[in-house]
Formats: sequence, structure tokens, C-alpha cells
Amino acid sequence: MKLLTGNDLASGDVVWWTGQGWSRHLGDAVDVGHDGEALARAEEGARRVNVPYVIEATATPDGPRPAHIKDRIRALGPTVRPDLSLKPADPAAGAWVI
Amino acid sequence: MYRYDEYDQSAVDARVEEFRDQVARRLSGQLTEDQFKPLRLMNGLYLQLHAYMLRVAVPYGTVSSRQMRMLGHIARRYDRGYGHFTTRQNIQFNWIKLEDAPDILAELATVEMHAIQTSGNCIRNISADQFAGAAADEVADPRPWAELLRQWSTFHPEFSYLPRKFKIAVIAADEDRAAMRLHDIGLKLVERDGVLGAEVYAGGGMGRTPMVAPLIRDFVPADDLLSYLEAALRVYNRYGRRDNIYKARIKILIHEIGADAYRAQVEDEFAAVKALGIDPPAAELARITEMFALPPLDRQAPDAVDRSDPDFAVWLDQNVRPHKVPNHAVVTVSLKPAGGIPGDASADQIDLMADLAERYGHDELRVTHAQNIVLPHVAKRDLHAVWTALAAAGLAEANLDLISDIIACPGLDYCSLANARSIPLAQKIQARFAEPERQRDLGELKLKISGCINACGHHHAGHIGVLGVDRKGVENFQLLLGGSGAEDASLGRIAGPGFSEDGVVDAIERVTDRYLAVREDGERFLDTYRRVGFETFKEAIYG
Repeated sequence: MKLLTGNDLASGDVVWWTGQGWSRHLGDAVDVGHDGEALARAEEGARRVNVPYVIEATATPDGPRPAHIKDRIRALGPTVRPDLSLKPADPAAGAWVI
Repeated sequence: MYRYDEYDQSAVDARVEEFRDQVARRLSGQLTEDQFKPLRLMNGLYLQLHAYMLRVAVPYGTVSSRQMRMLGHIARRYDRGYGHFTTRQNIQFNWIKLEDAPDILAELATVEMHAIQTSGNCIRNISADQFAGAAADEVADPRPWAELLRQWSTFHPEFSYLPRKFKIAVIAADEDRAAMRLHDIGLKLVERDGVLGAEVYAGGGMGRTPMVAPLIRDFVPADDLLSYLEAALRVYNRYGRRDNIYKARIKILIHEIGADAYRAQVEDEFAAVKALGIDPPAAELARITEMFALPPLDRQAPDAVDRSDPDFAVWLDQNVRPHKVPNHAVVTVSLKPAGGIPGDASADQIDLMADLAERYGHDELRVTHAQNIVLPHVAKRDLHAVWTALAAAGLAEANLDLISDIIACPGLDYCSLANARSIPLAQKIQARFAEPERQRDLGELKLKISGCINACGHHHAGHIGVLGVDRKGVENFQLLLGGSGAEDASLGRIAGPGFSEDGVVDAIERVTDRYLAVREDGERFLDTYRRVGFETFKEAIYG
């Protein structure tokens, strides 16, 4: 599957395209199929998100898993500061990145 | 310390208001990211993996208690309660919101700080020996010269769009504590026949093409220094490549045309520049120098230190260095606690260090390129009180220059350029060598980790260096041996095929085991490496 991601203009937060807007949670992301580049151009024009780009991901029972470690770290937060990640209460969350 | 005059303050204030307007136009959609990016970068605002990152300049690594408290305030109010001290003697905040950036810069301006010259193809923040003004071995305080260079370089119209970024370091002692020869220009202040001047090195750097800077001129009298540097930059600006970002640094130019040809060009240009009269009048230099005068130290304070507390004694031996005034000392506060993040300090820790500097250190702190903090002027009678307060805040790790005093870039946990994570590896190495006695037995061993080829973690200059690379989407780590950023500057050599994260920790241990097996009395790791050679250690690593 393909996902569209970027960083929110005002906050810089990592965001994912949900089909209708942007979410901070990877689990809300949808497969953009072949529409990613067009969506990215449109969203770039709307100027809500910085430098949106398309990534490869795998659909899993637990939700999308980005193919590259960089995007998995973007999705979760710094592995060395689990308290600042999106899953601060889950000590095993960092293992998902690796 | 230097204090702004009306020109400094008005320039910084004007820049804040200019950026406030630029941010407003970006947020309202008037500016695209392509239009806005160079503007935000000129104000130190990057976009990293998780958020905007603001890099705040700490000119020549010197910061006052008042300024340090402001950094703690920004960490607490605008960030997530901490800051990251960098290998460029600056500080970075990792979780900045774009809409807050103008307010942060406005708050910084109230304490004479800014984020100018922390990005872009300009002359970057000038770095210097962190022991400047306190070191017993310096011929002069390098900071007045670094400040002069700051004033010369800030908003220099000719050098704001160089082929590539340009880094200058200034030292004034034989011991190089600032990796001077790994800068685009390195200056070593020296005295010849009673005249102060500088040895000028040019064309050093790390990154994907590491080079140790050759000596370009053996002696430039201080009265000519600005003119000479103006000439050196002009030649680079004219001939440095703009067609290929990877070949745009001055090190490539000097490597390609040769140091002799570059030197000849600079001499010709210098002859023309000198006539322009840009070197400062003596009164202006005296005004700057006066602000860096040694603070009023209590020279009657006792010289003896009670070493009866063994933990305190270990810290004294490891983290405290002689001061030019014998009953004082230079304290390095390690930001490398076991299991911590190299260079990170919480807002509370930043405040504490500011308090200690105010109470015991004449209001001064320094940021080191090794990502530690220095209190440069502490009376020996106060060392125990300082240590006690640091220990209570988790800041008394006695590991300066030991294997656990690791330089590490933010790596893939934060940085959009990184290929691998540096910090977890640093933590694993610290854990492997956790035993303090083992670290001290290994002695001085500078281990430096970069998460990509850009080398922010100075891996080329590590006695042991580690470079993180991306191997088909998996983190992989190359080991380098024999680098040094000190006065015996050298570049590390890649040992061979890379390792997994755990594998490189094992490999490092095989290196240190071999060192212990073959070292001779008094040898540091680097000394042994240079005596026995690369192959001995390669054999230990790969068998």
C-alpha cells in the first residue's frame, strides 16, 4: 500500500492522509493508491502541510507499517524518548520501529 | 563577556520583526514552503522528522547565567522540557511550533541571543576553545578575536551566499580543544617576537570528504587578521564550486588547486584588501577585549581541596582542569550520564547550571564541541559544593574524555538527514563499558558517532568513530579507527565491513581488548594505535 505523509505547517507534527484530511496517527492513514502524487500537489497548494510525499507501507492486522525505518520513527516518535512518543504508555512500542 | 551595543541590539531586534512577518505570511498561505524555507533557515529554523527544530547560536560557546536561564525557559515553555547541546557549541530545541518561533527569537533577543548564522551558506557561528580565558596554556583569550569575527561576518553582504556553509574556529593554545584543523578556516593565535598574530589553516572539514586543514600562512599579525580573512573568503567565494553541493566546500577547492595556489591567490587579494582599511581601530578592539577581562577572582581563597570523599576525588581527577589562576579550576559538567542522551539537558538541569555559574563561577558557562558544559572560573574551595549540587541533579558523571563521554549526533531519532540512529548505539556502548574503573583503565578514548555521512557526530575525528549507514533499509554501522580532532589531528580509517548495532558494540570491545593487550606504559589508545598500526586492530576486529 501507499501512504501520503508530511509535517503539519503550524506545528510541524507528522501527519498522515486519512482520505478526508490529515491525522497525527498512522492508524488513520489510508492507501492512496495511484493518487498520491496528485493529492500531494493539491495539499501542497492548500498550504496546510509541508512537503507531503508518498511512502510504501505494508497492511498488517495492527494497521499500516511503513516500509522504511525513518517513516516508522516518524510515525511513533524518537525511540530514545518513549515518553515523548505517541504511545508513551507502551514500553514495547519502540520495538515496532526496528 | 561581550555585551551588545545599540547596533548589535537593533540588528537582532529588527531581524526578529522581519521573521515575525515572514512567519505570518507563511501561516496565512502567502508564501510557499519553497519561498519560506531559505528564510526560516536564515533564522535557525529547520524542519526535522517530528517537528520544527530551532538552533540557537552560542557565539564561541560562551553563555552567561542569564542567557542560560533563558534557554531553560524556552525548553520549558516552548519545547518539551529539554534542549540538546551540539557539536557546534550551539543548542537545539527539537519540538518547536512555527507560530511560536518569532516569540522565541524575541525572548532570546532580550538576553542578547539569536539564531543567526546557524544555517545557510554563510559564515556560521564562530567556535572557540571552551577553556578560553581560563586556560593556563593560552597566549591570549581567543574570544575577543572570535567576537570580532562575529561582528565582521554577521550579515556580511559579500559572504551571505557563499558556495557552501563556512565554519571558523579560534584557539590560542598548543592543546587544540576545538578541532581547529577540521574547520573551513582554523586560527591558532600565537605570539612571535612579542607580536600577537595567528597561524591560519584552511580547507579542513568532515562530512563526506574529510580533510585536515593545511597551514596557509604561518603568521598573520593581529592587525591584519580581518583583511587576511576577507581575502581568504573572497578567493573561496570566487572560485568555490556552485554546480555541485558535494564539491562546494573550501576544502575541495584547496584540494583541487593545491594549498600553494590558494595561498598565492589569497596573498594577491590580501594586498588589495589591506588598502581598504577594514581592520578595526585599536580602540574598538580594546573595547571588545575589555569585555572579556578575567573576572575578579578571589586570589586569597585556599588552594587545597579536601579529597577525602572518594567519589568527589574521582570527579576532581577526571572532570576538573587547572586554571590560569592556581587557586581556581575549570570544571566540565558531563552531559553524558549512563543511559542518557549525549548533549541533552533538561530545563531544570539548565537552570541548575545557570545557578551554579552565578553562585560559584562568575556568571559564565561554556558549551563544548564535545557536548558538555564548562564552568570556567570556579574557586577550588567551592568545588565540593559544585560537585554536590551537580550530583543531586544527575550531572556529576566523572567521565570527561573517557569512552562513555561519547559525541553523538541526534541521528535517525530526530534528524531528517540521518540514515541510522546514533543515540541508542551510544547508550549500548555506555552500558557495555559501564564499570567506571574499566573506563578509567582504558584512559582517554574519544568515541564519536554520526548517523550519516554529514558527520555532525565527528566520527572521522574519533579515536574510535562510528558511521551509521542505511543498508537496504536496515541500520548498519561502520567502524573507524585512529582519528583525532586535537592538535595531533588525523582522520579515522574505515576498519572494514559494517556491523549491526549489537555487532559494532562487540567490535569496539575487541578493539579495546586488543589495546589493553598491546599498550605500553603511559600510552593512550591513540598512541598505541599509531605505534602498532591499523592492521593489528583490524585483525582483532575481523580475525
